[in-house]
Amino acid sequence: MSTIALTDAHYPGTVSAREWSGPASKRIVTGYGFWIFILSDMVMFSAFFATYAVLLGQTAGGPSGHDLFDLRSVAIETLLLLASSFTCGLASIAADNRSAIWFQLAMAVTCAFGLGFLAIEGKEFASLVARGAGPSRSAFLSAFFTLVGCHGLHVSGGVLWLLTMMAQVVAKGFRPDILRRILCFALFWHALDIIWIAVFTVVYLLGSAA
Amino acid sequence: MLGKLSWAAIPLDQPIPMVASGVVALAILAVLGWVVIRGHLPYLWREWITSVDHKRIGVMYTLLAMVMLLRGFADALMMRGQQSLAFHGQGFLPPEHYDQIFSAHGTIMIFFVAMPFVIGLMNFVVPLQLGVRDVAFPTLNSVGFWLTATGALLVNISLVIGEFARTGWLPYPPLSELAYSPGVGVDYYLWSIEISGVGTLVAGINLVTTVLKIRTKGMNYLRMPIFCWTTLATNLLIVAAFPILTATLAMLLLDRYLGFHFFSNEGGGNMMMFMNLIWAWGHPEVYILVLPAFGIFSEVISTFSGKPLFGYRSMVLATMAICILSFMVWLHHFFTMGAGADVNAIFGIATAVIAVPTGVKVFNWLFTMYGGRVRFQTPMLWSIGFMVTFIIGGMTGVLMSVPPAAFVLHNSLFLVAHFHNVLIGGFLFGAFAGYTYWFPKAFGFRLHEGLGKAAFWCWLVGFYVAFMPLYVVGLLGMTRRMQHYDVPQWHPWLIVAAFGAALIMCGIALQIAQLVVSVRRREQLRDETGDPWDGRSLEWSTASPPPAFNFAFLPEVSSEDAYWMFKKRAREQGWSDTTPEYRNIEIPRNSPTGFVCAFFATVMGFALIWHIWWMVAVGALGAFATFVVFAWRDHDEDTIPAAEVARIDRNTWALRHAVLSREAAE
Repeated sequence: MSTIALTDAHYPGTVSAREWSGPASKRIVTGYGFWIFILSDMVMFSAFFATYAVLLGQTAGGPSGHDLFDLRSVAIETLLLLASSFTCGLASIAADNRSAIWFQLAMAVTCAFGLGFLAIEGKEFASLVARGAGPSRSAFLSAFFTLVGCHGLHVSGGVLWLLTMMAQVVAKGFRPDILRRILCFALFWHALDIIWIAVFTVVYLLGSAA
Repeated sequence: MLGKLSWAAIPLDQPIPMVASGVVALAILAVLGWVVIRGHLPYLWREWITSVDHKRIGVMYTLLAMVMLLRGFADALMMRGQQSLAFHGQGFLPPEHYDQIFSAHGTIMIFFVAMPFVIGLMNFVVPLQLGVRDVAFPTLNSVGFWLTATGALLVNISLVIGEFARTGWLPYPPLSELAYSPGVGVDYYLWSIEISGVGTLVAGINLVTTVLKIRTKGMNYLRMPIFCWTTLATNLLIVAAFPILTATLAMLLLDRYLGFHFFSNEGGGNMMMFMNLIWAWGHPEVYILVLPAFGIFSEVISTFSGKPLFGYRSMVLATMAICILSFMVWLHHFFTMGAGADVNAIFGIATAVIAVPTGVKVFNWLFTMYGGRVRFQTPMLWSIGFMVTFIIGGMTGVLMSVPPAAFVLHNSLFLVAHFHNVLIGGFLFGAFAGYTYWFPKAFGFRLHEGLGKAAFWCWLVGFYVAFMPLYVVGLLGMTRRMQHYDVPQWHPWLIVAAFGAALIMCGIALQIAQLVVSVRRREQLRDETGDPWDGRSLEWSTASPPPAFNFAFLPEVSSEDAYWMFKKRAREQGWSDTTPEYRNIEIPRNSPTGFVCAFFATVMGFALIWHIWWMVAVGALGAFATFVVFAWRDHDEDTIPAAEVARIDRNTWALRHAVLSREAAE
């Protein structure tokens, strides 16, 4: 009987080696898709950055960044986040080597650093609000709280995801789908670092200098 | 306990929304009752609601778009009716209701008709055209659909509980700020667009990844059907533009809910920033809608002319050029805001430049038809109607890209006529062409030709009768969104426009009749070969409707117009006799994640609109828990055994051969 004749079996040699070789593996598809999500997230952040740049001078007679920012605590925040990226990298290596203990350890340290970052940021926000420099004080402060807070929300979401991944590795082990999620989580966490570098430079460094 | 919600939220004193929502509620209850009594609920749950099959999700997107089209069109009828009556009078719609209607009309037509229609068609068609079994992220695909449905639901709930925005389809501040819009209308708008926007973003990421990473063997970029190219361009635009919308509306939400000062009058806010941000999304959005339509026309014109698309590579280039240019013209939406002559000139030129790649496309379509054996079936009629109509819309667009002309015409009904000219003549005709063209692929039978053609003529004539008068009253100085007016010169034109809307209503009625008649006569209209139009791309190489796995074997591609070339070779060399060895096929397992997640999103959105904070927490927790439960499952694929694949596939091919040899004998 005749059957589908669209395959190579019927017309051998029509597809040369230089051509597209068919659907990519799940790992590549997942990582690639997640990269695209990160790009879209970067676009969202760039909208907040642009807004911040527009509203920078709109202090409505209130304090400016120069009066408010404490570079010492921001430096600690930065160190914590950069260190957490390093330990997150260690967790990825541990996952590649299927070492559950080192994975959990590295993730726990990453989590601690992330929580430390959030604690300092929370303290900064609380002290600003207490000093009458909350987000509704001026357009500048609205933009500041939104940009920095959006990054903070991402870190919080990342911590939730991190804890879920730790639990998943305990419950499921290093299955291929779990490994793919670890890959995405690592991409996410590192991307937050990149955004923080921009926040640190544009908001805090330039803001303190002004 | 219930925030701002009380019995006063239900507009018992307004007959129009009460009657309308009563009828809709009755219809929904009747359908639900029928489904439950006839025992279809388990089937619906198993095969549709929890389905992660791209074909099913595509069909559901399209269905959502069509139902919402009825709602949006009802608004349109009321507006045309109001303006034809409200000369020296008040008409039948009080101002605050009229304002809600034009806001809801625009919001629904763009976000809940146009978006789901194109995303639905892309979802259904693209994996089939690429020769693969599914999209990149099937479960996320389902989540995206159901979140879009959540947004549509919230907009429609506003009809009964509370009110909708009175700010136009884009809520410009300061009018949309709490001080000037204290009700829940703007909040309904913001939360429904935020939630459905997440769904759209998910769909965009999914389809970009699909086109770039999941193509069958030999499907090089320059062998993809043009519809796949326009899908790629559209979804790149979604990924790059929708986050801006999310951010902008989030800022407006912060202004309204927490007293921030992004766009407010006081505190240093800058409302002009809102225009810039919203149109940085809004202009690409125009191309998000029209590029897939261009892709559909390319497929349809090539198929019904029996010729390869003229200038395939220039078409690809034009598509990607439009994709990039679309981000460089946003300022033409507010030439009058005061950016200065130099800035206006640059954006005016950039806008006019978009006409170049678009013109390339029109000539390519014309040259595709030239010398072809053109078959004037319904999809082809929509395509030709599009070319004529869209060129007029494009011309008026180029006219308004000249800043001095924009100063005269902005905010007038000339503008309204222009964008309806391109959206109806461009996007909507394309969507209808695609719907007619791919319907047999989705359901296994064609739509009734005669009724389809009748519907087309009603729409085409109705469009011209409804919108050409609006160009005229625009030139006569009529501004948009007027609830009543006293200028006698406008009145006759607005009566003609209302008559045009009635003609379009006949078109819609004929389309509904077409669907009903086609379903009832489906045995006569059956598509046995899976290739009812003598198609060119791979979706026509599988059965209609395709099996869950699309292709028993992933086809291998060695040229453009893959299936056309295959048919040609088969005619020359005969059909192959070898029986391939069938293998088990794994397909993604159904999941209620999307539906459950959207349920919680609806709860959360509603609670946020009405400030019911405990319910917000419930919704957020529920959505998170849904994802964790989903992440915990152990089996994400079902296996279709080789024997079953063989049975389905042999059936398909036996049927196809029987029909082909019967036709050959005739």
